[in-house]
Amino acid sequence: MTPSKRLQAALPAFVLSPSLAAIAICVYGFIAYTALLSFTGSKMFARFDFVGLRQYERLFDNPRWITAVENMAIFGGLYVVVATCLGLYIAILIDQKIRLEGVFRAIFLYPMALSFVVTGVIWQWLLNPGLGLEHMVRSLGWQSFTFQWLVDPDWAIYTIVIAGVWQVAGFVMALFLAGLRGVDTEILRAARIDGAPIHKVYTRIVIPALRPVFLTAFVIEAHLAIKSYDLVVALTKGGPGVSTELPSTFMYSMTFTRNELGVGAASATVMLTSLAAIIVPYLYAELRDDRRA
Amino acid sequence: MTAVPDSSFAMALGRPRSLNPTKMFGRIFVYGCLVVLAALFLAPLASMVMTSLKSMEEIRSGTLLSVPQAPTIEAWASVWNSACISVACGGLQGYFGNSFLIAVPATLISVGLGALNGYVFSTWRFRGDNVLFGLILFGCFIPLQIVLIPMAGLLGMLGLAGTIPGLVLVHVVYGVCFTTMFFRNYFVTVPAEIFKAARVDGAGFWAIFFRILLPISWPIVMVSIIWQFTGVWNDFLFGVSFAAGSSQPITVAVNNLVNTSTGTKAYNEDMAAAMIAALPTIVIYVAAGRYFLRGLMAGAVKG
Repeated sequence: MTPSKRLQAALPAFVLSPSLAAIAICVYGFIAYTALLSFTGSKMFARFDFVGLRQYERLFDNPRWITAVENMAIFGGLYVVVATCLGLYIAILIDQKIRLEGVFRAIFLYPMALSFVVTGVIWQWLLNPGLGLEHMVRSLGWQSFTFQWLVDPDWAIYTIVIAGVWQVAGFVMALFLAGLRGVDTEILRAARIDGAPIHKVYTRIVIPALRPVFLTAFVIEAHLAIKSYDLVVALTKGGPGVSTELPSTFMYSMTFTRNELGVGAASATVMLTSLAAIIVPYLYAELRDDRRA
Repeated sequence: MTAVPDSSFAMALGRPRSLNPTKMFGRIFVYGCLVVLAALFLAPLASMVMTSLKSMEEIRSGTLLSVPQAPTIEAWASVWNSACISVACGGLQGYFGNSFLIAVPATLISVGLGALNGYVFSTWRFRGDNVLFGLILFGCFIPLQIVLIPMAGLLGMLGLAGTIPGLVLVHVVYGVCFTTMFFRNYFVTVPAEIFKAARVDGAGFWAIFFRILLPISWPIVMVSIIWQFTGVWNDFLFGVSFAAGSSQPITVAVNNLVNTSTGTKAYNEDMAAAMIAALPTIVIYVAAGRYFLRGLMAGAVKG
């Protein structure tokens, strides 16, 4: 090989190396660092005095963390189910050869352009008990109407579900719409000619054919739900009290305001592990399919 | 916005030539549902705009969706010019500028790197490339809480703690995972014969990239730019963790303005601040949303 040829051969590796180095350090190195930290007694600063699983015991003894995990189950579960159903429903409606399809699509999609902070601030206004939804419904004549979810510790978590679903449903719709346009139309035509009623065509043929889209939507929604931090901060600040605490807000306050670096690292590690349990099998399947194709 | 008209399922069912009562009912049902849902999705935006144009007296006397009787841009002017965010009382304008200073370089660098990485992964196959690509993909999905503590340390070591270049660096690092994925998934759909022919003709690494791939990859460039810009513009977690005082992005400033104000809540100012933070990304979606949707539909959902 001539020197210039050798240079050409080394170019791809050379081009990749800065990104790979950055990802090796800032993704995998940092994961290792945080995981390591979670086994130490670190308080305000990182110290490497290993204490075994002490921080994890403290984490799961902390009622605030238990609240955060329970909220994650409520919020995550409802967010995934409602957003998937609503997104699919809107996608099916839009796929009925309607007029002004582009306008409708834009209306359902625009919340996705907003930040969680903006979404939180908007819904804080809409749901505020003084001048918001309650006030509007009462002024329409329903005097006894009450809607105090935002300030009710038992119900505040559901306001986060409402705001979150409003923001993500359009994106889920776009995923399903793309899937619907890929369904084999010949089979559908045949089913209709055979006299199958339209709802049966959907429940028996179309929705089963969308299985890969359900999986994609689930992975994206689960990922957004576990990461979700800004929405809670902007909408409820974790309150009233700690009633809308999520693992992400718990991790932040332990790490940056409570000087409990070890507990913060342990909670982050638990978050990563839960998400990895969902993501890794999905990525593995995707890449394996890719290679076969 | 009339992308993807292709093979609608409804079209396959055959559009009714003459509407019999059942079909007519069906159409009314579909449009009825869509209009109600669209109204529900638009109501928050409408309320935000109208509330931002009201005085506080009018907010107290009106409702969420009442039209402002005496529209005023006072709330907008106040949050832009003079609202107090923690101790500084210069309004949101500086933070709005910060977000551009963070988002523009972070977007350009991460899209450029992602294009090159995607090109290598799709075209210049090597042993273990799929595993490596999988490791990068996993980087897209990690909860960012796992990197906050060491990243704060690294930025401190580099002397970038609390600065705008520091935030650009952070966004580039975690953005590259996404842009690499977008470009790689787009480039693998380009027929391999094109590369073979180009190499037979003597085209090298850079010639293939700049002369052959780049000219046909504008759809994915658009997707990557929109994704990265909105992602960085809308970021809160990195901003609140790594930026200090006057280098904070708009999202952090808006949250401080809304959630740390004392006394009675000025909802008109809250809504004006939210609008200011939302405008750039809304403009991008209105102007380029269809490219985004088209690109996403081509890449995100397989089969």
